[in-house]
Amino acid sequence: MSLKRLMPIAAALALTASMAQAQSARDASWDDITAAARGQTVYFHAWGGEPRINAYIDWAAGEVKDRYGVTVKHVKVADTAGTVTQIVAEKTAGRTTGGAVDLVWINGENFNTLKSQGLLADPGWAQTLPNWKYVDVEGKPTVLSDFTVPTDGQESPWGMAKLVFMYDSARLAEPPRSLDALAAYAAEHPGRVTYPQPPNFYGSTFLKQILISKIDDRSKLEKPVDPDRFQQDVAPLFAYLDKIHPDLWRKAEAFPANAAEMRRLLADGELDIAFTFNPGDASSAIANGELPDTVRSFVLTGGTIGNTHFVAIPFNSSAKEGAKVLANFLLSPEAQARKQDPAVWGDPTVLKISSLPENDRARFEAIDLGIATLGPDELGPTLPEPHPSWVAAIEKAWAARYGGS
Amino acid sequence: MADFPPPASGLKLDHVEIDLETRRLVTLDRLVPPGEVLTVMGDSGSGKSSLLDFVAGFLAPAFRARGRIWLDGVEITSLPPQERKVGLMFQAPLLFPHMSVGENLLFGLDRSKDQDRGQRRTLAEDALRDVGLAGFFDRDPATLSGGQQTRVALMRLLLAEPGALLLDEPFSSLDQTRRADLRNLVFSKAREKGLPILLVTHDPDDAEAAGGAMVRL
Amino acid sequence: MTRQPALLQRALPTAVILLLIAGPVCLGLAGTLLPAFGYLPALGGSVLSLDPFRAVLSEPGIGLSLALSLGTGLAATAISLAIVALFTAAWFETRVFKAMTRFLSPLLSVPHAAAAIGLAFVIAPSGLIVRLLSPWATGFDRPPDLLIIHDPLGLTMTAGLIAKEVPFLFLMTLAALPQTEARRHLRIAANLGYGRMAGFFKVALPQIYPQIRLPVLAVLAYSTSVVDVARILGPTTPAPLAPRIIDWMADADPALRLQASAGAVLQLLLSVGAILIWRFGEILCSRIARSGRSSGRRYSRDAAMRQMAAVPVGLLIAAMVAALAALALWSLTAGWWFPQAFPTALTLRHWAGLFPGGSHLVGDTLLIALPAAVVAIALIVWQLELWTRTGPRRRHAAFRNLMFLPLLVPQISFLFGLQVLFLVAGWDGTYVAVALTHLVFVLPYVFLALSDPWDHLDPRLAKVAATLGASQNRILWSIRLPMLLRPLMVAAAIGFAVSIGQYLPTLMIGAGRIATITTESVALASGGSRSVAAVYAMLQLMLPLLGFVLASVVPAIAFRHRLALRLQR
Repeated sequence: MSLKRLMPIAAALALTASMAQAQSARDASWDDITAAARGQTVYFHAWGGEPRINAYIDWAAGEVKDRYGVTVKHVKVADTAGTVTQIVAEKTAGRTTGGAVDLVWINGENFNTLKSQGLLADPGWAQTLPNWKYVDVEGKPTVLSDFTVPTDGQESPWGMAKLVFMYDSARLAEPPRSLDALAAYAAEHPGRVTYPQPPNFYGSTFLKQILISKIDDRSKLEKPVDPDRFQQDVAPLFAYLDKIHPDLWRKAEAFPANAAEMRRLLADGELDIAFTFNPGDASSAIANGELPDTVRSFVLTGGTIGNTHFVAIPFNSSAKEGAKVLANFLLSPEAQARKQDPAVWGDPTVLKISSLPENDRARFEAIDLGIATLGPDELGPTLPEPHPSWVAAIEKAWAARYGGS
Repeated sequence: MADFPPPASGLKLDHVEIDLETRRLVTLDRLVPPGEVLTVMGDSGSGKSSLLDFVAGFLAPAFRARGRIWLDGVEITSLPPQERKVGLMFQAPLLFPHMSVGENLLFGLDRSKDQDRGQRRTLAEDALRDVGLAGFFDRDPATLSGGQQTRVALMRLLLAEPGALLLDEPFSSLDQTRRADLRNLVFSKAREKGLPILLVTHDPDDAEAAGGAMVRL
Repeated sequence: MTRQPALLQRALPTAVILLLIAGPVCLGLAGTLLPAFGYLPALGGSVLSLDPFRAVLSEPGIGLSLALSLGTGLAATAISLAIVALFTAAWFETRVFKAMTRFLSPLLSVPHAAAAIGLAFVIAPSGLIVRLLSPWATGFDRPPDLLIIHDPLGLTMTAGLIAKEVPFLFLMTLAALPQTEARRHLRIAANLGYGRMAGFFKVALPQIYPQIRLPVLAVLAYSTSVVDVARILGPTTPAPLAPRIIDWMADADPALRLQASAGAVLQLLLSVGAILIWRFGEILCSRIARSGRSSGRRYSRDAAMRQMAAVPVGLLIAAMVAALAALALWSLTAGWWFPQAFPTALTLRHWAGLFPGGSHLVGDTLLIALPAAVVAIALIVWQLELWTRTGPRRRHAAFRNLMFLPLLVPQISFLFGLQVLFLVAGWDGTYVAVALTHLVFVLPYVFLALSDPWDHLDPRLAKVAATLGASQNRILWSIRLPMLLRPLMVAAAIGFAVSIGQYLPTLMIGAGRIATITTESVALASGGSRSVAAVYAMLQLMLPLLGFVLASVVPAIAFRHRLALRLQR
C-alpha cells in the first residue's frame, strides 16, 4: 500500500486521539446542542426517487421528533445537484443565515463544490457527534476521504455504496464477471447490455470502473487530472467503449436515464444486466414486486468501485443544532441497523460492528440480507473513487465523443 | 331652449337631438302627459332604440346627444339609470333565467320600503294574480309561454314603481291575438297608474292601439 | 349617462393584472440576462463578457440540439394544427364532432408529464402494445431491441407533444368558431356546391385562424422549449436545448450557472426564431390559399377524405386512453413481467403507501392551486366587470395579447432570474411566492376561459335590472355572476388544473421546500418503482379532473329547476 493511501488513515487516527482528549468537554457541549435543537425544524434535502428510502427517512424523522423534539421535513429532490445550485443561489442573493437547506444528503463532486466554495458549516462538527466513536475509520477509509477529498469533518457518513451488478438467473445461468467477459456477452447478445447515460452518477461510475480497470497506472487517479496526459490516460477507456457500443441496447443511440430505469428495463426483459450502488437493492426490489424473484447479484473479479455517502450542513443553515441531532441519530447503531435491513432499505452501515455494544451488535446479526444480496465476504475488494476532477473530465470527453452524434 | 318652469308631471323630451358621427338620428321636443302614449315609428337603424337608450341612461359613447329629459318636474338627464325611475321593456321578456318567476318579481319590488319577507311575497303573488298567473310564484320562467313571460316582465317593471314606461317593440315576439291582449293590458295598467309611455315600434297596429300622438323618425 | 369611475379606479385592475403577469416575466428575463453575459457577483463573475455564450456554443452536439428543438417544435405545432383543421373541416356540426369534443376536453386536463409517462409505456418495445401481441402474433418472448423512445430524430417526442397539443388547439378552435360568421358562411358555401372540407378551408379557416393565432404561437413556444416531455420521450444523444439547460443549471459546477443563463437566453432567441419562421409560413400559406380560393373548384366528393381526417384524432384518443389505462393498471400492479399482457397480481399497496406522506402533498398542492385559481377569477372578474361598466371600447385586443406573454416566453428563460429575485426578497420557498408564480400562468387561461361567456351575456338583462333600480353591484352579484356560474366554475377548474400542472415554477421558486403532486411525480419518474410513479401520475390527473367534475355538477345542481340554464353549454 502506498504512503498516500495511508495518509487519510493516519489523519483519522490523529484526529481520533485529539478527540479523546476533548471527550468531557464534548459531552457537555452536546447537551447544549440537544437543548438548542429542541423545537427546531430541519429541512433535510435528500433524493426522493425511492419510496423505501423515503419511508426510512419518515421513520427517522418520527424518532427524532419523539426523542429530541426536532421536526424533520424531508425535501425530496430529484437531483442533489439542484440543492447545491440552490445553496449557490442563496449565496448569490447574500443570504448568510436562515438558508432553506439545513442538511443535505451528498457526496463526491457535489461535496467538493460546496466545500471548495465555502458553502458548508465549519469543519470538524462530524467528529463531535457522540455516535462518531462507532464509525469504522480503519476498515472504511472513505468515511474520511470523499472521492479522495478530505471530509475535514464537514460531512457525517451515512451509508456505504458499492457497484454491484444484477442479472436474471432465469435467463442467464452464469453472468460475465469481468469487463472483457461483459463485452463478449454483449457481442453474443446484442442489445441486452447498456449503462445509464453520463453525467448520470451511475453512468459515470461505470466509466470510472472501466477507467480503473484499464488505466496503465492507477495511482494517477488519486491526483487531479493532468490535462497534458488526459487523452492518453483515457484512451483504453474509450477503446473499450468504442468496441462495445455497437452491441449495446439500442446500439448506444439511446441510454437509460439512470440506474432505476436500467433496473426497470431488466424487469421488463429488455436488458440482461443492470447495476446498482446498493448491494441490497435487488433483494428489496424483489420484495416490492419490482424485479422477478429469479434476479441475483454479482460483482466483477478484481473488485468494483465503492464510496461513502454523507450528510452535510450548509453554511447558512437555520437549524444547525437540529441538523447535528439528526445526523447523530442517523449514525446511531439502531438507525444504521434498520437501514441495512433489505426489508427497510438495505444500505450497508458505516459503523464497525465489532466495536458495538453487544445488544447493538445483535441488531445487525439479526438482519436477513435476502436472497439476492451478496454477503460481506462475497462483495469482493472495494476500489476507491478517483479524484473528482476525473469525473468531470471523462463526462466531458464522453459527451464530446458520443453525446452529440 | 327649455320651457320654464318645466312641466310638473309627465315625461318631457326637451329639445333632444341624437347624432351618430355626422348623421342626425333623432330630433324631438315633446311632452308625454301622465297616462298617455307617445308612439315613435321608424325603420330599423332609424335611431328608435338610441332614443330609448338616451332616456333610460344607456346611450353608448359613440352617440352624441343634446337636450334634456324631465320626469315629473325633475331633470334626469345626467342621473344614473338606477335613479331615473323609467321602466324599460324590450322585444323579449328577459326574465332572469336563474331566478323563479316570484324571485324575478321580488327583484323588481322596491327594497327601500319597510316590508318583511311575508309582505313582499304577498305583493308579488298579488301582482301575479292581477295578470292571471296566480300560483306561478315558484315556476321556472323557462317553462312559461311567451305571453306569460311578457306579463311577468310587465309586473316586475310595475313593482319597481317607475315614473314612466319605455317600450321597445315589446309585442313583436307575440302572435296576433296575444299581441292585442297584452297591448291592452300594458296600456290599461299604465293609465291606471298615470304613467307616461314612450312606445317605439314599426308596427302600425301598435301605434293605432296606443291612440296617442305619433312621430316618425 | 353611465357614471364613469375615476381614472385610477378604472385602470387599477388592468394595472394589477399586468403587473402580476408582465412583472415576473420582465424582471425574470433581466435576472437571466445579466448572468448570461457573465455578471453573477456571488460566483466571482463581475465582468461582462460573451464567454457564457461561447461555452454554450462549444458544447458537443449543440447545433443538433438547437435543430432538434426547432424541428420538433415546428413539426409538432404544424401537425397538431393540421389535425385539428382537417378534423373540424370534415366533421363540424356532426354527431361525431360532438362526441369527439366530449372526449378531447377532459384530455386537456391531463398534465404533460403524466401523459408522456403513460404514452411511453404503451409504445415502448416492452410496452403494452407489444405485450398484447406477444408472443402469439410477434413471436417475441423477449422485447425487441427497437429504438422507439428517445429516437435521435425526436419523432416520438413530437408525437407526444401532438397528443397533448391537439386537445388544446381543438378547444381553442371551438371557442373561436362562434366569434366568426363561419357557421352561416359554411352553409352558403355548401349551398353553392362546395364540399364540406373545401368550404371550410376556403371560407371558414381564414376567419378562424386569426382568432387562434396566439394559442398556436403559444403551442409553438411551448413545444420548442419543453422539458418534461423531452426528458421522457425525446432524444438524449444529444437532447434538445431546454433539457440541456436544466442539466447545466443543476450541475454541481457553479460555473455552469452562467452557461445555463446564456442557454436560457439562447432558448428565448430560438423560440422567437421559430415564431418568425411560422409567420413566414403563414404568409406563404395564405398566398397559396388565395389563388386556390378563386379557382372555383368544389371538391364536392370528399367522403373518403373526411374519413381520413378522423383517423389521427381517433388514434390520438385511443393512445391517450391506453396510456391512462396503463397508468391505472401499473398503480395497482404487484409484478408484471414481459410478455404478460396483464399483471400477475394486483395490489392496493402502492395507493396505501400514499399515506400519510401523500396527504400532506395533496394539501400543499391545494394550498397553492386553490388560492391561485380564486385570486385569478377575482382579478379577471374585476377587470371584465369594469369593462362592462365603462362601456365597450378598444379593450380586449391589446390586453388579450399581453395575456399571452407568459405563454410565449419560454419558462426557463425567465424563471432562473425570478428565482434569484425571490431569494433576494427572502420570499423563496414560501407558498405566496409559488402561488404568485403560478398566477402568471393561471391568469391568462382564466381570462381566455371567462372573457367570451362574459361578453356573450345578453346586455339587455343588465339594462332591465338597472331600470328596476338595481345598483351596479347588485347587478353583478345577483344577475351576472349567478348566470355565469357554469363558465366561472369551468374557468376556476382550468386555473386549478394549470396550477397543478406547473413543474418548473414550483421546483425553482419553491426552493425544494414546497413539493406538489407534480414535482413529486416527476421526481418519482426518475425512481425505481413504476407503480409508485403511476400512483402519483394518476393523482396528478385526478385532482384537475375532480375540478372539472365539480364544475359540471355544481351548476347542474344549482340550476336543476332552471331549464334555460341547464340546457346552456
